[in-house]
Parts: sequence; structure tokens; C-alpha cells
Amino acid sequence: MDRQSINWFQYASPQAFYPLAGRMIPWFWALAALFGLAGLYIGFLVAPTDAQQGEGYRIIFLHVPASWMSMFIYLVMAFWAGLGLAFNFRLSGMMATALAPTGALFAFLSLWTGALWGKPMWGTWWVWDARLTSELILLFLYVGFIALQSAIDDPRRADKAGAILALVGVVNIPIIYFSVQWWNTLHQGSSVSLTKSPAMAAIMLWGMLLCALGCWMYTIAVSLMRCRTIMLERERHSAWVRDALAMEA
Amino acid sequence: MYWNSFAEFLAMGRHGVYVWGSVVVMALVMIAEPLLVVRGQRTLIARLRRQLRAEKGDTKTADARA
Repeated sequence: MDRQSINWFQYASPQAFYPLAGRMIPWFWALAALFGLAGLYIGFLVAPTDAQQGEGYRIIFLHVPASWMSMFIYLVMAFWAGLGLAFNFRLSGMMATALAPTGALFAFLSLWTGALWGKPMWGTWWVWDARLTSELILLFLYVGFIALQSAIDDPRRADKAGAILALVGVVNIPIIYFSVQWWNTLHQGSSVSLTKSPAMAAIMLWGMLLCALGCWMYTIAVSLMRCRTIMLERERHSAWVRDALAMEA
Repeated sequence: MYWNSFAEFLAMGRHGVYVWGSVVVMALVMIAEPLLVVRGQRTLIARLRRQLRAEKGDTKTADARA
């Protein structure tokens, strides 16, 4: 194969992606801090109280971004896993593996902040409501994916087995998302129309969106870091890892 | 600024435990995760360097023997 025809995919190879990711990580950390602090500033210091829920509603600025990320990361993870399964790209499986722990943590945070929000608003930490139960299943899917991959020694086979689990589990994402519409649940519907006053809703929405953007940048930064570690581990016998190890001394 | 005093900010209208319980746990997780990833990477790099040095040492002794 001549060089020009593979030029488009040059960053799909770990040896090209490793230094590129290393250069991008600080920028994503900076953006995560910027968006996160701006969102928290608006959410905790500027936004007024909610007419129905009082100050407890401020958990929304953590709960909604964590829940969105837990679902979104799963879709991205399943996308990379599926791509790896279909085309056998080395990098795809590594990306999927790198995303899973962050997704699991966001699923946990979604349940944790949800429980702390549920107690003052509903009077209970937990109910077997469709939204809560399907989010718990999402956490189990992440844990299952991680456990399955770490139980298989050969990384290529671990990627394939994990990919099938990840793709089958995708069915859970629309179930979580539409659960508040499909079933009569305790969990409230749309988060965006919490209050009647549009001006209040706008400032709350901005706080929430900025926090979500911060979580997004955080996810990219931390999963790129983890992906770099996985690259070194899996490609440790290749020349580029030896060069990288010698260079970063 | 929405709050009149810092005490009011901490109290969160009697929802302080729930709000700050969410904030603290989320902050701890989002600080701990990158630290653990960095530690894992450092441990791995140290291990790979050790293996590399060991291999180089082996080839040298092999060369000396040859």
C-alpha cells in the first residue's frame, strides 16, 4: 500500500495517536475546568431558587450532566467497540476499553446524586421506577463490560467479547431516555422546563449546559489519558513504544 | 449573586446535606479518577522501562558470551 492512500487513517494507528493525544490532553483539562467552574458559578451562586423544590433543586447541575454523560459515553463506547469488531482497527478497542470506567463512574454519580435528590423531594432514596432501574442496569452493563474484558487475557479477544456485550446493551439507552414518557414514573420528565418563568429557566439551563460541557471535556481528557496507558501496555513489544519510553525519560 | 450570607449558602434552605453530599462525592470521584489513571500510567512506564533495561542487559551479556 502506498503512503498517500493510507494518509487519511494515519491517526488511527497508536504510534501516531499516542503523541497527538498527549498534546491534546492539557487543552481538554483546561476546557473542563473552564466550563465546569462557569457552570457551577451560575448554578450555585447566580441561579435563583426553584419555586417548587427550593434549594435542593441545585443537585440538577450535577445530576443531569452525570446522567447525560453516563448514557452518551455508553453510545460512544459501543460505537468504538462496534467499529473495532467490524474493521479490526487496533485503536477502536482501546478507546472502548478506556471509556468504560469513566462511564461507570458517571452512572454511579447519576444514581448517587439522584438518591440525594430523591430523599428530600420524594421522601425516598430509591424506588424501582423505570428510569432509576434502567440507569442501574446501565451501571451493571459498564461493570459487566469491564469484568468481561479483564477476564480475557488476549486483548483482541477481550475487545471482541466486550464489543458484543456493549452492542447488545445499547438497547438500554433508549429505554432510559424514554422511560419517563413510556411509563408512569415517579421520576420527573424534562429537566429543562423546571420552572414557569422563562428567564429563570434560561439561567438554569445555561448552568446545566456548561456543567455538562465541563463533564464532556473531563471525559475526553481522562479517557485519552487512560487510552494512552492502554496503548503502551498493549503495544509494549513494538518499536514505537520503546522509542516513546526512551524519549520521555 | 443570589445568596445573602455564606451561612445561607451552606444551609441550602435545609437541603444542605443533600446538595453538599452530591457535590463532595462528585468532586472526590472526579479528582480521584485522573489521579488513579496517572498513577497507573507511571507504574506501567516504570515497569516497561525496567523490562527494557533487563532485555538490553541480556543482549549485552549474550554479546559478550558470543
